[in-house]
Amino acid sequence: MHHPGTNNKVYKKINDNFEWSSDNFKKISEIIKKYPSNRIQSAVIPLLDLAQRQNNGWLSKNSMEKVAETLSMSYIRVLEVATFYSMFNLEPIGKNFVQICRTTPCWLRGSDKLSKVAQEVCETNVGETSDNKIFTVVEVECLGACCNAPMVQINDDYYEDLDEESFKKILQDLKDNKSIKVGSQIGRKSSQPERKFDA
Amino acid sequence: MLKEKDKIFKNLYGFEDWKLEGAKKRGIWSNTKELIKMGSEKIVEEIKNSQLRGRGGAGFPAGLKWSFMPKDSGKDHYLVVNADESEPGTCKDREIMRNDPHLLLEGCLVAAFAMHAHTCYIYIRGEYYSESSNLQKAIDEAYANNLIGKNACGTGWDFDIYLHRGAGAYICGEETALLESLEGKKGQPRLKPPFPAGAGLYGCPTTVTNVETVAVSPTILRRGSKWFSNLGSANNTGTKIFSISGHVNNPCNVEEEMGIPLKDLIEKHAGGVIGGWENLLAVIPGGASVPLLPKSICDTVKMDFDSLKEVQSGLGTAAVIVMNKSTDIVEAIARLSHFYKHESCGQCTPCREGTGWMYRMMEKMVHGNVEHQDIDKILDVTKQIEGHTICALGDAAAWPIQGLFRHFRPEIEKRIQERNKRVA
Repeated sequence: MHHPGTNNKVYKKINDNFEWSSDNFKKISEIIKKYPSNRIQSAVIPLLDLAQRQNNGWLSKNSMEKVAETLSMSYIRVLEVATFYSMFNLEPIGKNFVQICRTTPCWLRGSDKLSKVAQEVCETNVGETSDNKIFTVVEVECLGACCNAPMVQINDDYYEDLDEESFKKILQDLKDNKSIKVGSQIGRKSSQPERKFDA
Repeated sequence: MLKEKDKIFKNLYGFEDWKLEGAKKRGIWSNTKELIKMGSEKIVEEIKNSQLRGRGGAGFPAGLKWSFMPKDSGKDHYLVVNADESEPGTCKDREIMRNDPHLLLEGCLVAAFAMHAHTCYIYIRGEYYSESSNLQKAIDEAYANNLIGKNACGTGWDFDIYLHRGAGAYICGEETALLESLEGKKGQPRLKPPFPAGAGLYGCPTTVTNVETVAVSPTILRRGSKWFSNLGSANNTGTKIFSISGHVNNPCNVEEEMGIPLKDLIEKHAGGVIGGWENLLAVIPGGASVPLLPKSICDTVKMDFDSLKEVQSGLGTAAVIVMNKSTDIVEAIARLSHFYKHESCGQCTPCREGTGWMYRMMEKMVHGNVEHQDIDKILDVTKQIEGHTICALGDAAAWPIQGLFRHFRPEIEKRIQERNKRVA
């Protein structure tokens, strides 16, 4: 199954210049303070995350080289980290990065159906980006919200207690640029037992 | 059932304010200075007496682990909190971090003081974005109110907490892989010894411990080790957050006493199995890594470390995955095999090659597309992976498959026969 985060190749087609935005430049000096001054390599994951956010959700060769330069690391050390961790995308993704949890607890509660819904509404296959670049749909391993299964992560947010209908609506609203509700879709607070709703 | 007054996690579902003001109302940070004044030896002693066992999966005695830290090594000491919660079925630490983060932070101060650490890193899984944002806000509040930082809580102890987000690797829940990751490398487990207490983060004495273990420690000190050890049974004391997922009417996280019967846990808290108890097929009692239990064992088994070990499974992270009779049990385990294939770090050959091979075999078994002797072959391979890798991921990949064949071998044999009939 293809996933831009588990791809091990550096994407060659686009490689725009990458310079830190002034906001991120400030953030970097804050991040580096967390670690001993001779151990700033520890900041490689937070910096790759920043670079990815600045670069529309994926890491180009230049952005990784920038991280290496900022932390005085060799490029290969940064690349090896970027390829190891699945949250770093090594190719461009759509505006909405839809990650459907496929592991057993979500599967038991119907994650398969969500996958079908996503392919229909987003008009793309699992592991691919839609032609209009609005959606990238992938199946991922356990996202750690099993008591709210089935669930999906879209960009930074979790959408929980889904069924086909509620998921379809979320995706349609995203398509139509409407705002959507984060978290449980059945009005549950965290992972409370449902019947205590009004407690 | 656990009485309301004995609950440690009073805001597990987030009905109340998670910020500092709300936390103080629940008694968090109320007399932290007095707890610290007990002195590090007394704190470790109390935790030992409470018989608290680590809540991250292995169940190692927490007090003993804390006591491994050297007293005067001349190096910096580190407390690293493992918040890389990724074991399928488990979602308890998440609720602590987003709904009661100050409980965790107070625990960090107490635990770090006990192990002579001035610095604590909380390694949270990268996907927990809103949880990390709550936790960071709580850290900022604690700094602003001088609860941590220089002269934390007026105790004279300087203490810093830093939040570090991971980037999506299950293996970083293994303690030495987590340290590698925190040092800015690939998360590949280290050979042990040296153990982290001798040479951990940046080569300094380090203790890596689970969120829940740290979060319960101030309450144990406040209410006394006796109170904690009176809950549950000897060697399996205290309360525990159980995550109940899968085919139940009301999936939920719930704090209960250790040793609660599995049936009670499911029926009283999770609204029962979908279709009734008689419709139960099997339960994975402690997160994906432990072998499943068929209904006959689930009828009577108690939920604690030793009882589950007796039935050849384990409490693990206490993540109960319930499967009723509508489940294709082979596919359920095959999905877990896919998970381990995906998450193997690739360092040790038996695990790197074995997890992929086992997944491919399991996928074939779903449709009965194997020969009878392949069942013994896959069991043989699981035995060759188990215990032959640097970390426990190899074991964790092997155990669910062993559990499946231990209890559901006839099911797969039936599928093979059916396929043979179709082909003939």
